[in-house]
Amino acid sequence: MLSCGGGSGSCSKDMAVELGDEPHVLAVDDNLIDRKLVERLLKNSSCKVTTAENALRALDYLGLGNDTLEGTVSEVNMIITDYCMPGMTGYELLKKIKESSVLKEVPVVIMSSENIPTRISQCLEEGAKMFMLKPLKQSDVKQLKWHLMKCRN
Amino acid sequence: MEVGQMQRRLVDYTKSLFMEKGFLDAQFLQLQQLQDESNPDFVVEVVSLFFDDSEKLLNDLTMALDQPNVDFKKVDAHVHQLKGSSSSIGAQRVKNACIAFRSFCEEQNIDATLRCLQQVKQEYYLVKNKLETMLRLEQQIVAAGGSIPMIELGF
Repeated sequence: MLSCGGGSGSCSKDMAVELGDEPHVLAVDDNLIDRKLVERLLKNSSCKVTTAENALRALDYLGLGNDTLEGTVSEVNMIITDYCMPGMTGYELLKKIKESSVLKEVPVVIMSSENIPTRISQCLEEGAKMFMLKPLKQSDVKQLKWHLMKCRN
Repeated sequence: MEVGQMQRRLVDYTKSLFMEKGFLDAQFLQLQQLQDESNPDFVVEVVSLFFDDSEKLLNDLTMALDQPNVDFKKVDAHVHQLKGSSSSIGAQRVKNACIAFRSFCEEQNIDATLRCLQQVKQEYYLVKNKLETMLRLEQQIVAAGGSIPMIELGF
């Protein structure tokens, strides 16, 4: 199940992503099984995948962390993150990304095992492009990629 | 036993896990569909991760509930993890047992949560046994030169 910002058929201009041949997706989830599953699902949709086990590691990878090393910042085309994570939640990670002048245009997708309408609207209002219910299926990820490619132009 | 027979036995066994007993749900089929020639061991890998992860969580839960002052937030966090993993691989009965467990964590009911732990353990060991049997049947088929049949279940 997917929920998109701005109604199910529309997408804002800033969802346009330079995907090239293989979009690079950063997948953030504290659950090992879920990380493996999302990685396989994304790879099956021809995405290059980097995984992070928590929000802090994700921020480091994106160049926003306290421990980011000089010259190690990587380009990602999309970030998909779990909502419930210990320490910093996916929602807080989303906010940090949207606060960054460098990264605010990168589409962020939130995943959760819990279908809580207020949580969904909170994330969409904060700028998440989509909210996806776990467990993820191949059809969810294919639809996600199709949606991103559709908004490219 | 020839390959065709082994394949039929596997199909019947797998179907019973889904239909009659609800051990597995449609999410498990998703996992099987992600396995192909370029990722021939995907299911085994994910299932093995699930076993390791779950056993660690069950140990953590046992210890957490054995404390004089039980930290229900911590217990709930572990159950949340187990619920997530079991849901992602399609271990339906484990997932459902975790859902019940969480509601008793919320109530901070020590007796009920201890019973829930036993229930989750039972369901986990049952599904572990079923999955190991299924994977063994698959291995035998592959070793005999056959291919693993796709299960059609009409979910």
